[in-house]
Amino acid sequence: MPESTLATFSVRRLEIIDPEGNADEALLPDLSGDELRRLYYLLLLTRTFDGRALALQREGRIGTYPSVLGQEAAQVGSAVALAGGEWIFPSFREMGVFFTLGYPIHQLFQYWGGDERGLRTPDGLNVFPVCVSVGTHLPHAAGAALGARTRGDRMAVVAYFGDGATSKGDFHEAFNLAGVFRLPVVFICQNNQWAISVPLSAQTATRTLAQKALAYGFDGIQVDGNDVLAVHRATREALEKARSGGGPTFIECLTYRMADHTTADDASRYRPAEEVAAWRERDPLLRFERFLAKRGLWNEDYAAEMKGKAQGEIDEAVRRFEAVPPPAPGEMFDFVSGELSPRQKKQKEQAS
Amino acid sequence: MPQLNMVQAINLALREEMTRDDRVVVLGEDVGRDGGVFRITEGLFEEFGAARVIDTPLSESAIVGAAVGMAAYGLRPVAEIQFMGFIYAAMDQLFAHAARIRTRSRGRFTAPLVVRTPYGAGIKAPELHEESTEAFFCHMPGIKVVVPSGPYSAKGLLLAAIRDPDPVLFLEPTRLYRMVKEEVPEGEYTLPLGKARIARPGGAVTVVAWGSMLQRTLKAVEGYDAEVIDPMTLSPFDWETLLASVEKTGRLVVVHEAPLTCGLGAEIAATVAEEAILHLRGPVIRVAGPDVPVPLAKLVDHYLPSPERIRGALDEVLRY
Repeated sequence: MPESTLATFSVRRLEIIDPEGNADEALLPDLSGDELRRLYYLLLLTRTFDGRALALQREGRIGTYPSVLGQEAAQVGSAVALAGGEWIFPSFREMGVFFTLGYPIHQLFQYWGGDERGLRTPDGLNVFPVCVSVGTHLPHAAGAALGARTRGDRMAVVAYFGDGATSKGDFHEAFNLAGVFRLPVVFICQNNQWAISVPLSAQTATRTLAQKALAYGFDGIQVDGNDVLAVHRATREALEKARSGGGPTFIECLTYRMADHTTADDASRYRPAEEVAAWRERDPLLRFERFLAKRGLWNEDYAAEMKGKAQGEIDEAVRRFEAVPPPAPGEMFDFVSGELSPRQKKQKEQAS
Repeated sequence: MPQLNMVQAINLALREEMTRDDRVVVLGEDVGRDGGVFRITEGLFEEFGAARVIDTPLSESAIVGAAVGMAAYGLRPVAEIQFMGFIYAAMDQLFAHAARIRTRSRGRFTAPLVVRTPYGAGIKAPELHEESTEAFFCHMPGIKVVVPSGPYSAKGLLLAAIRDPDPVLFLEPTRLYRMVKEEVPEGEYTLPLGKARIARPGGAVTVVAWGSMLQRTLKAVEGYDAEVIDPMTLSPFDWETLLASVEKTGRLVVVHEAPLTCGLGAEIAATVAEEAILHLRGPVIRVAGPDVPVPLAKLVDHYLPSPERIRGALDEVLRY
């Protein structure tokens, strides 16, 4: 018998706005001028937060911090597609997702300032706390989706992670579970091409990350992660598919980590300056400004006004963060378990 | 009242709790159509359906990780890991997430889940099917560790574990699954977590043992004035019951099949040294497995604490 071919595959890529701000009109998501301007403000707010957080870290007012510079579009573009009730499982570099969903900004300063109370998600918002251990939260997203399926809830679950996570066992276990049970989950990878010092080419032998989904029996798509509207469109489609029983989707947002891994890192040790410079040309905020300008929704005065507004909001968040008294020593015991053991109670008394 | 073995008692507990509370779901490898490799979940798939009795892929980390997500979402998952040696792949999920999601989220998200797993040596099974590494889990704040010692306690403790607001590792002594039958009431009763029981009262020496070592210890101490404590919950440990007994007897022997070094016996000995040393007449003696991986069947009897070693420890401490 001759050999035969059992499977072939292709991987879609989506981009809507080019670096000069020109858009493919046929692909533009249906967003009003106000909605487009809201996207712009959220991008700006995220970048403003980021700059302030880096400054606060240098001044010793917060601890180690992972910059989101360059990844704002992948975060804001996807998060604005969420309806509000979804369950979100973030990694640790998703400040733009948090802001877009309405998470209190001062709480993120609080968290990165070493106060775990900053991770207390407000009631009504189903954002899981930051997951520091790379990729290990993906099974939680699959589990929440399995829970939604068990209960018959019309729900989509979203998980955020980076390119490094695709090498973790939990990525594969969660993808497999999602594929086997056709779970209502959207996996969003911000492929920023560097996992600390390891470039994408040393992280995977595949041409794209998106194609990894195909091995688990569901769709993967690569989008231009610096194109906020492409990210938005792909996320909206994937959410609708999940909610209507169509199963999981993997969205690879190809972007770039413009800054060091964290404030404790020095990326100049391992990556060429020319590469960073080339990606600066593809800045997601700049691109969206050009797009808005072409549509009469942006000019220098508007930008200055919005920057001032974002600065004001971040100033206020810093003020609130620094006005919070430090936690009392006994508070480390408060949420260890529903009820403390007699030994823990004694330790708490000694600590207080 | 029916006479049940431990397999039947655990099955009854799951069936009753799934009937009472529709948030309770079972997930794991072969737990559905097959009823579990030890038949613990037999009949549940037929009674409650595939949505609540979930046959998962062979994926320990995803089983426990998905249980974390399901629990946070509002369900009460009872996950099965087929043998304790396979839980190592899921320890990241247990330690990094199940045990600390309440702390990390300052109480906003919790993980009311149970991970059940067969545990302990002496069933002539392949490697990694006979582990007893309970001490790892007792070291991790935020997770409870429970070991039933018979059918009656298995049912009562499992119901308490499922209703507990936090993650519980439920270690089922494999050797005991079908070894003994006890009267097990139908209908609900719970045994409180964190409470030990005096399995046998006595006055001259306190002996602590759990899992299949409890049965062996009870036989070994016949003829001695020994008080045997069955902790049932290893974490949090019921220090009050233990210390009261040691203060009465002045002597302590700890029996566990796990390797000696950094086993739970070390914590027990240290606590007694800190809090009851003036009551002790002699050294605390640990009768434990040696510091080797659990051997296969041909050597396992040389690994497990034997009745002779247990009696040897009693004789030694009673010399003081």
